[in-house]
Amino acid sequence: MKVVDVVCPFCGCLCDDLVVEVCDEKVVKVENGCTLASEKFLGDHRLQSPILREGFGWREIGYEEAISVAADILLAADLPLLYGWSGTHGEAQSVGVHLAEVLGGVIDNTSTVCHGPSILAIQEVGHPGCTLGQVKNRADVVVYWGANAIEAHPRHMSRYTTFTQGFFVKDAHLARTVIVVDTRRTETAEIADEFVQVEAGYDYEILSALRAIVRGREDVISGAVGGVAKTQLIRVAEICKRAKFGAIFFGLGLTMSAGKHKNIRNAIELVEELNRHTKWTISPMRGHWNVYGSNEVFTWISGYPFAVDFSRGIAFYNPGETTSVDILRRGECDACLVVGSDPGAHLPRACAAHLAKIPTIQLDPHVNATTHLATLQIPVAVSGIDAEGTAYRMDGVPIRVQKLVETKFPDDTEVLSAIYRRVREVKGQ
Amino acid sequence: MSGILVRNAFVIDPIKRISGEVMDIAIRDGWVVEDAGPDPVVIDASGCLTLPGGIDSHTHVCGTKVNFGRYMSPEDMRAGRTARRGVMHVTSGYSVPTTFGNSYRYSAMGYTTLLEGAMAPLEARHTHEEFTATPHQDMLANTLFDGNWSVMEAVRDRDIKRVAAIVAWTLSAVKGFAIKLTNPGGTEAWGWGQDVRGIHDQVPHFGVTPAEIISAMIEANEILRLPHSVHLHCNNLGVPGNYRTTLATIDLVPDLNPLRQSLYLTHAQFHAYGGSTWRDIDSRAEAICQAVNGKPIVMDMGQVMFGRTTTMTADGPMEWKLYMLHHNKWSNHDVELETGSGIIPVYYSRKSLVNCVMWAIGLELALLTNDPWQCLLSTDNPNGAPFVKYPEIIALLMSRRYREQEGTLLDPRTSHRTAIFSIDRELSWEEIAVMTRAGQAKALGITGLGKGHLGVGAAADLAIYPLDPDGIDPAVQVQEVIAGFSRTKYTIKRGRVVARDGEVIVEGANATIWSRSDVPSQYDMGQDPAFTEKFSQYYTVRMKNYPVQEAYLPRGVCIRTEAAL
Ligand code: SF4
Ligand SMILES: [Zn+2]
Repeated sequence: MKVVDVVCPFCGCLCDDLVVEVCDEKVVKVENGCTLASEKFLGDHRLQSPILREGFGWREIGYEEAISVAADILLAADLPLLYGWSGTHGEAQSVGVHLAEVLGGVIDNTSTVCHGPSILAIQEVGHPGCTLGQVKNRADVVVYWGANAIEAHPRHMSRYTTFTQGFFVKDAHLARTVIVVDTRRTETAEIADEFVQVEAGYDYEILSALRAIVRGREDVISGAVGGVAKTQLIRVAEICKRAKFGAIFFGLGLTMSAGKHKNIRNAIELVEELNRHTKWTISPMRGHWNVYGSNEVFTWISGYPFAVDFSRGIAFYNPGETTSVDILRRGECDACLVVGSDPGAHLPRACAAHLAKIPTIQLDPHVNATTHLATLQIPVAVSGIDAEGTAYRMDGVPIRVQKLVETKFPDDTEVLSAIYRRVREVKGQ
Repeated sequence: MSGILVRNAFVIDPIKRISGEVMDIAIRDGWVVEDAGPDPVVIDASGCLTLPGGIDSHTHVCGTKVNFGRYMSPEDMRAGRTARRGVMHVTSGYSVPTTFGNSYRYSAMGYTTLLEGAMAPLEARHTHEEFTATPHQDMLANTLFDGNWSVMEAVRDRDIKRVAAIVAWTLSAVKGFAIKLTNPGGTEAWGWGQDVRGIHDQVPHFGVTPAEIISAMIEANEILRLPHSVHLHCNNLGVPGNYRTTLATIDLVPDLNPLRQSLYLTHAQFHAYGGSTWRDIDSRAEAICQAVNGKPIVMDMGQVMFGRTTTMTADGPMEWKLYMLHHNKWSNHDVELETGSGIIPVYYSRKSLVNCVMWAIGLELALLTNDPWQCLLSTDNPNGAPFVKYPEIIALLMSRRYREQEGTLLDPRTSHRTAIFSIDRELSWEEIAVMTRAGQAKALGITGLGKGHLGVGAAADLAIYPLDPDGIDPAVQVQEVIAGFSRTKYTIKRGRVVARDGEVIVEGANATIWSRSDVPSQYDMGQDPAFTEKFSQYYTVRMKNYPVQEAYLPRGVCIRTEAAL
């Protein structure tokens, strides 16, 4: 059976035009998706039942036992950390926040190691953004800054920007000027009309220089800034000012390099400056398919997009203190629940080491790096393949991911709800 | 579920023409009934003003831009925090509270129904998700059509039936309640960093004017027989001299519906400015009220109250202009083929003459409109002020003395720029009841669902306030009025006591009310080549993935009509 208009639950592009062939409750073919999508749909090797660590080995257990073990671990903890969330649907994230609330724990998502600094910058100066279709239909200048779209978001350019035709941009290829700013000549840089190669660590200075030029103060700039010739900076600023509609997309190259949230703040302020001349928007290239959803869900329930600490009863937010990297590094949490993420693979070594020391529960369909640190793993259905729910695209557009095949696995929402119920029962609530 | 008998209540129910009768109200299975059945729970309401549940017909509480207001404002989140307590979840936020924060605080004030003022169709799913997390009020969503490409093209082609068909398809796809136009044409122009400056300006590239969009939508709305009228946020919001735009807009409105207004003008305060700059701004509330009196128009105040708040609207270009004045922080979010939005935090100061004039205009509008059914109480929450300020607004409307007291704290020039201190009128309990529930129910067209009144067959949504109208003089006892309207003794929602003395005591289960107008098959836009092409060519979401699935409306209530097509 062929299913059309399938949503890809892999990256923040959340492409919704895949054609998936399902045979005997298995995905056998994927069309329209990029290689990352095919890998996600086809390379799907599941852990078959919950496993509990015993001595040096694992024991297979049933779901009921797994849920009660998980609840007991969380209840026994003084400060449980509920981490991950970018790889699951919104309904599960919502139960997660309420679970953290009842437990008096900390809930944090993977923004802590990706666009956390972007959020901090937005909290300082705001965010002039738009939905991706606005760029597709109008943009004549597109900037990728510290973002290698071709590798990390393979269809971003063909669906939303450079290569796709839009209502006011009929001949996309000719009509759009692409500017790439990066420290190295990436694949994306290869197709740029203008490649600005920045010396590592100098993004902030380049942004300041561009702001000065846009303000008409090129006189304050020396012959070169951060390895970029002044002549090129002036040329780029001119392209930006002459644009009818410009869009900057930035990635971890800007967010995680020296300066961090100050870089993003500077980029946003450049966009603000440009809006005095013409129309510009700026958007983070969010990585995981539903990391933005975790920010949204956390926010409407707790008021904050990540790093929420409920240990004082109220929702308390102080990135740098309540962010999971910091909590783990200080060895503060004494149990961890991981959902929709693989911190064993992407958190700093010291953090992973602490996860190995404390009881760590993982809800994940697959054996991964975190499995090796975990005490208990509960396999769940995969959102977008055998589970359904809400996801938020990198630009905030909410899309429902579908359930394509029947499954014996419960989904994250079901498992988390069962844990939540049990915790409330024990706490008499 | 056993019945409830509310005894000796001091009831004001303007729709049923009950004005201050001491009576019992019987409730069973969520409805007001003749007889509560055996062994009802008895609630003693003696000496308590008892009204139908409050209805807010224009507030921003759920959806993309509201949540972004939270997201970008940890300082606002810190300003209103409560811990988990009983069945109540943690809440954060003062001007943009979390969903549970909104729900609990509205419930404490006796509100049981809220209309979200602006939902972008493309992002409707988000609004509905937050509706589910606002459990103590029934929710409705105004659906934005101000920059809708398909609508503008049909208006340009003078094809009203097609306009109606597009609205019908969209409302039913996104489970929206009513047509909202926010700065019609202006949000599309903002896609190029521009705006429209009057109702007869051309929208770039689309060959239509705001006036044409407004007139066509008013007509289409009646073709579809929608419960509510077109809900309009006029062009030129917040611009000195904009009262002319507003008057010209009022002139466009025909009288098309015997049951209700043909146009709802929201947050009128922001649209009633004279002068030509911020230096010579003055009030034109009187001109607006004169134009509205006797016309098929209902407006809401959009009252400004002093203090900190967050402004948020689909009117992207307006927020940019406001940002250029305040230079605090600015967010913008354009929505492809449909609309825009912007957010900035503001502080309304008694030391700012402009802010004092705004404060006065809102009150003048309410006091100079002859018929309270035509001017409803609102702050365009949170744009003019957070909704928790409603009790203070009520007190200002009921007491000339309180207005004068406030006046002594304001910029003295306020009395030259506005007429507020020369108005003697003090609104009655009954007028307040009209302006906070009955008027809303009628204007929204939901009295048929049992909203806004307490007759037998009504939805059992009640607000029982610790206020004894026989014992209090609202012209004098201002603090009692404020305290009384801030916290009900009991809030009853669909036959259950949900809040007592300001504490929410049960978990909620609200309903979402939406409209669906059935059109003949030749008007089904789902099959229309030009319309579906919008999705395959220009939207970034496929048509199949666009409609909001039933899963997002666990308790949907559909108002179904037959389109006159
Ligand atoms: S670009 Fe991202 S969302 Fe689109 S198909 Fe590839 S992995 Fe999936
Ligand atoms: Zn509004």
